Amino acid sequence: MATSKVEGSSSLRHAFGGVLSVFILLLIGVVAFSIRLFSVIKYESVIHEFDPYFNYRVTQFLSKNGIYDFWNWFDDRTWYPLGRVIGGTVYPGLTLTAGTMWKLANSLNIPLSVETVCVFTAPIFSAFAAWATYLLTKEVKGTGAGITAAAILAMVPSYISRSVAGSYDNEAVAIFALIFTFYLYIKTLNTGSLFYATLNSLAYFYMVCSWGGYTFIINLIPMHVLLCIVTGRYSSRLYIAYAPLVVLGTLLAALVPVVGFNAVMTSEHFGSFLVFIIIHVVALVYYIKGILTPRLFKVATTLVLTVGIAVCAVVVAILVALVASSPTKGWSGRSLSLLDPTYASKYIPIIASVSEHQPPTWPSYFMDINVLAFLVPAGIVACFLPLSDASSFAVLYLVTSVYFSGVMVRLMLVLAPAACIMSGIALSEAFGVLTRSMKFHITKYFECSHTEAPAKLGESTSTESSAPLENMTKSDTTEKPEVARKEKVARRKQKKEKELTENAHVKPVSAKKEKRPLVLPLEASIVSVFLLIVLGGLYVLHCVWAAAEAYSAPSIVLTSHSHDGLHVFDDFREAYAWLRHNTEVDDKVASWWDYGYQTTAMANRTVIVDNNTWNNTHIATVGTAMSSPEKAAWEIFNSLDVKYVLVVFGGLVGYPSDDINKFLWMVRIGGGVFPHIKEADYLKDGQYRVDAQATHTMLNCLMYKLSYYRFVETDGKGFDRVRRYEIGKKHFKLTHFEEVFTTHHWMVRIYKLKPQKNRIRGKSRKSKLGSKSTSSKSGGMTHKNPWN
Amino acid sequence: MTTKATRPNKKPIYFPVPPVSFVSSLFPSAINKIKRQNEIESDLISVQLLHQNKIREQIRCAIEMAKSTNDAQLLIQSLRKAYAATPTNLKIIDLYVVYAVATALIQVGYMAIVGSFPFNSFLSGVLSCVGTAVLAVCLRIQVNKDNKEFKDLPPERAFADFILCNLVLHLVIMNFLG
Repeated sequence: MATSKVEGSSSLRHAFGGVLSVFILLLIGVVAFSIRLFSVIKYESVIHEFDPYFNYRVTQFLSKNGIYDFWNWFDDRTWYPLGRVIGGTVYPGLTLTAGTMWKLANSLNIPLSVETVCVFTAPIFSAFAAWATYLLTKEVKGTGAGITAAAILAMVPSYISRSVAGSYDNEAVAIFALIFTFYLYIKTLNTGSLFYATLNSLAYFYMVCSWGGYTFIINLIPMHVLLCIVTGRYSSRLYIAYAPLVVLGTLLAALVPVVGFNAVMTSEHFGSFLVFIIIHVVALVYYIKGILTPRLFKVATTLVLTVGIAVCAVVVAILVALVASSPTKGWSGRSLSLLDPTYASKYIPIIASVSEHQPPTWPSYFMDINVLAFLVPAGIVACFLPLSDASSFAVLYLVTSVYFSGVMVRLMLVLAPAACIMSGIALSEAFGVLTRSMKFHITKYFECSHTEAPAKLGESTSTESSAPLENMTKSDTTEKPEVARKEKVARRKQKKEKELTENAHVKPVSAKKEKRPLVLPLEASIVSVFLLIVLGGLYVLHCVWAAAEAYSAPSIVLTSHSHDGLHVFDDFREAYAWLRHNTEVDDKVASWWDYGYQTTAMANRTVIVDNNTWNNTHIATVGTAMSSPEKAAWEIFNSLDVKYVLVVFGGLVGYPSDDINKFLWMVRIGGGVFPHIKEADYLKDGQYRVDAQATHTMLNCLMYKLSYYRFVETDGKGFDRVRRYEIGKKHFKLTHFEEVFTTHHWMVRIYKLKPQKNRIRGKSRKSKLGSKSTSSKSGGMTHKNPWN
Repeated sequence: MTTKATRPNKKPIYFPVPPVSFVSSLFPSAINKIKRQNEIESDLISVQLLHQNKIREQIRCAIEMAKSTNDAQLLIQSLRKAYAATPTNLKIIDLYVVYAVATALIQVGYMAIVGSFPFNSFLSGVLSCVGTAVLAVCLRIQVNKDNKEFKDLPPERAFADFILCNLVLHLVIMNFLG
């Protein structure tokens, strides 16, 4: 009866705990959603940055025309005159997800516009990602660690930076897909159920649809399988978790048009095939080991090895020959630049020039994952006691993502879930030990049971064994000297006791060690719990600040606070609206590739190059045009049917990411394809400048002229607020271009190409030609400058 | 497995040669004849020694091969005996796996003959065979009574999972077949 009562109360506690955890998870979802809404509150519900505008345009097309037209869409309004096959070059996961949500909402008569759905996709999926982190960490360590990890992920600034409301980019859904795929993999590994293996493959399919970073999954999981085999943890569950994933996963990845046959032909997938073969060999070995005697098994191994090594050598030689025949060894440029960080700067300047592809600085780690940076090592230690398949996977995931985040700042996003899982485990273990100590001491106090010597022994052994546990938690100053003192006392006592009566004392000590749980003194645990809560509070404070101040800028609208209030710089949208309303529908606009997506989405005009950067030569053509003198630039743009040229100029208001600051990349990329553009011509003493000491080439190139035309009229001296000096050439006229629009703060300037003159008038031969016949005029036409 | 063959020493035969060579520079013809005779003798002796060593090595090899073939025969016999002891349902699954792999190999051979266009059909054909083989192996693992990890998994549940996974696999195959 007493046991049933105890059981009843424990099951009631379990039920209560279950309800509480569901409620907590709901709250975590709400927090994850609402912390990302700062930009909507501070600015408006608008799509941010550059890439999301392309996704928004594609979603608009999908919602208007349906899925078949979207799948077969050939876009002729970008990369003029080449066009772009959207159906085959875009990762459809994000747009299909948002399109489905829009369709669902509208079918339920909730009239959401496509823009609203696009803006709020990222916060919704970050809530889902937090729940997926809970599930994943629950499989690794337990429910407590799961809830802590979910709470941490909901707020981690690195994830917020790519998933604020309005940042409608692939990572918004891809991170959720990543964590969910890992959760299903670990679940399959833990349960050995083929049902979860199927779900794992389907989740992997969703990940392949969403983001190019799916290669991380298809390389991490084989690495983990290899690690398990090598450390002797092979089991049939591992086979069930891995083998169906490879077959189904490869097929599903080949279904997505972007990936296509790359799923079996690029080096990024070869790792999975290699480990597929290895796991079959290992499975066979284990099977045969099970049915043979040890001696015969030895004979079998020697026999197989001699034959097998010969076959392996042949196969490997063929593979190496195949792979070595391609210049990049079968890897794509972007993946190769991850493995060899110097590859891009040497061979592909475009990849090196993207700001998101630069390696991060040390402060960015503390900005992006804050407190987690030092909770992660504690989590790694906690994963090792005890080590299971799932916790070894978590450690491997963390280590690889730390390496990749060090190569590219954009991949800090992949580090964030790993760091959250580890810190969740660390915090949960720390809280477990501390609350257990508190409970132990409080129950002992209430029971009033005093046994001095064994209690001291128990305490000493427990403090000694829990001292290393102490070092794991962040709780520092107050209890460390205490513990150190107690340690010394305990060690001296133990030494004495060991000298006196070895057997008699060691046995009860060891027995007490087994019976008694690891406990810390009461005051220490109370202070530690308090300090950990303060730590959590500081983390939350930092996350909210980062979300509100650092990561909520939509970058299409800029604000600045000055003494006379808030200034709003809406120049970009002003320029695109002008283009939309004052030019013909078929007019082509040339600008640097950063603004291509925004121009096609908001101004609805054809552009020459855009952010997809798939054609290096086309971009180099535009870069060459921007770096050439006016006439040569006019020739290039005329050959591309360009009507308008758009430049971004920040010199009047101090906007630092304008085209003059990006100009060196235009020279580099243009010079990479057209050798007559040499970077040294634009640098003076190795320095890049536009003032009076700039080189002649620099002061005569198109970018300089279009940026600084009539700039001297603003303040009389031509002081550039970004470069912080006066410009070199102040008074000049444009001969081949005419200015048609400059925005309010001079941030975007639009120029029109002047048409060729019909009649040619010669300046130098005026006296001779005068009233001569047309034949001599036509003869002299080839030597005259048509514009003078 | 075999010992490395060492060449027989030529040293004991070298002794008469150096002074002969020195003298032969003074009296060419007769001394040359003696030298040639000596060389022929030394060659004959070395050939004999080599021959003996070779025979010794061959005998050693034969003994080891006999041992290993004996072992190999024993191995195959014990494998056959152990496999005969597996239950019938597992043998049926194994037969199915062999059939699937054989079909995949036939398809690869066919592609080697006629070329790989259209590649998506080839890929889906081969991967469907490999996929069903893998899933059958997973079913065998879960249904095997000797497997302690899946003791409390009812075989009906294992079969239902197998059917579900095959359904998804064949849906994808039919979509990709083209």
